[in-house]
Amino acid sequence: MSDLTKLTIAEARDGLKAKKFSARELTAAHITSMDAARGLNAYITETPEVAVEMATRSDEKLANGEGGLMEGIPVAVKDLFCTKDTLTTAASHILDGFKPKYESTVTTNLWNEGAVMLGKVNLDEFAMGSSNETSYYGNVINPWRRSGDDKDLVPGGSSGGSAAAVAAHMAMGATGTDTGGSIRQPAAFTGTVGIKPTYGRCSRWGVVAFASSLDQAGPMTRSVRDASIMLEAMAGFDAKDSTSVEMDVPNFEAALTGDIRGLKIGIPKEYRIDGMSDEIAKLWDQGIEWLKAAGAEIVEISLPHTKYALAAYYIVAPAEASSNLARYDGVRYGLRVEGENLADMYSRTRGEGFGAEVKRRILVGTYALSAGYYDAYYLKAQKVRTRIADDFKEAFKSVDAILTPTAPSAAFAAGEKNNDPLEMYLNDVFTVPASLAGLPGISLPAGLSSEGLPLGLQLLGRPFDEETVLRTAGVLEEAAGFDAEPTAWWKG
Amino acid sequence: MSLDKATVAKVANLARIRVEEEDLEGLASELNSILDWVEQLGEVDTENTPPMTSVADMQLRWRQDEITDGGYQEDIVANAPSPEDGFFGVPKVIE
Repeated sequence: MSDLTKLTIAEARDGLKAKKFSARELTAAHITSMDAARGLNAYITETPEVAVEMATRSDEKLANGEGGLMEGIPVAVKDLFCTKDTLTTAASHILDGFKPKYESTVTTNLWNEGAVMLGKVNLDEFAMGSSNETSYYGNVINPWRRSGDDKDLVPGGSSGGSAAAVAAHMAMGATGTDTGGSIRQPAAFTGTVGIKPTYGRCSRWGVVAFASSLDQAGPMTRSVRDASIMLEAMAGFDAKDSTSVEMDVPNFEAALTGDIRGLKIGIPKEYRIDGMSDEIAKLWDQGIEWLKAAGAEIVEISLPHTKYALAAYYIVAPAEASSNLARYDGVRYGLRVEGENLADMYSRTRGEGFGAEVKRRILVGTYALSAGYYDAYYLKAQKVRTRIADDFKEAFKSVDAILTPTAPSAAFAAGEKNNDPLEMYLNDVFTVPASLAGLPGISLPAGLSSEGLPLGLQLLGRPFDEETVLRTAGVLEEAAGFDAEPTAWWKG
Repeated sequence: MSLDKATVAKVANLARIRVEEEDLEGLASELNSILDWVEQLGEVDTENTPPMTSVADMQLRWRQDEITDGGYQEDIVANAPSPEDGFFGVPKVIE
């Protein structure tokens, strides 16, 4: 049998239906792959027994001609989704030993559609980071290396474990979450596809909260088609999330018609930032040419408040985080560090339990929300956020989708950017604006850098128009013909 | 705008995060560089702009105020570091 881990989700689905192989065989192949790639530190918790049990049930269903959208497809779950009776860490010391008694809605949806859980994957602590270097469980290593160089690179973040697991064929797909770019930037760094749907499309219930007005779950896969299939399985209205939108989930795969003739694609001039590398600029121009060749009309647009997005984000997100993370107090779950009294116990628990970046953001957020500063920081940032969302609304009067690069560079080396928090924040310069506006965005691999690393292009769409985003991404994917793979050096 | 050590200590206390005295200086300089950078938001005219309060264009749903779920006392304290008789245990707060 050929290597089953090389298949896409769509191919595996068809193979399972045609009984070319069983779900158990497919899962076993991925468990072997996980074993071989443990050095990448993508998984925090592997759940091979659960996987085999779920695959066995899938085989029974498939034998009867039944089964859901993802029947028998082995996936990894970002360790920010609560999974019943399975350790859920948010990559933080403060959640030591936490085994939820409930299952997140998104993972429930996946299991209902037949997906098989391989395990829980690593991330930046509480999803705060862009390089997966803030995890209490250690850095995730990018499966990709620069040509002729064996230095370890970061997989991006915060969904770095998800991205690495998918890129190294340790899972056919993985759930991610995106608050300011945490699905799209790691997808770009690992040559994978990641879509953040519209805010409200996937339920946030049971997902460890970071910044509630920005957090949104989405799939990470190796093809646009796979992303469509997995998004459909994850999405849907959920009464348990007050911002979940009551709207039918379309058949996303059916949106991949390959036809974008007459579609208007906006190119925002403000994204041509000073110091943009030639490689990224070239890739973007190439993307424009591919879309033109496919019959789309290219329109220059202006999103004038783009340059303020990061600053607004780094007030709004920490403010919401400082409030959300107040629940980690050593009383209800996880770590407790005893102290002289209750207040001292709180402070010691949180002082030891949170890592440096998380503490930094909680402190910024607490300050921004404190008496006398609320108007100057939080309220101001939320007003700027309105201006940014209005820019997009205006632009979408004349275009159907927007094309930009996903990240300002290819993957960088571990340790290269963590001396200065601001330099790290700049990684999200192209992804944050759409997060602030709640818009759907996809990153897909479109080429290789001169050092042999994957580079991504991003497409943004109107609220709840993931279909146009996916359709356009499908056309770009076809034109780019990106089929590079990391050399499997970790198998040693 | 500049945060001094005392302000950082006060904010850390508000956030209930223990910060060692020797770490205050470094933290103050990190927070200052972030806050200085955020000052650029002042350039944006937001005189007549409302703050964003809802990301998706939607109204919050109404529902009947009734009990639809519950009875999970054991599950709720299952992960507590110091549960006592189905309650969360905390250090003594009343003398």
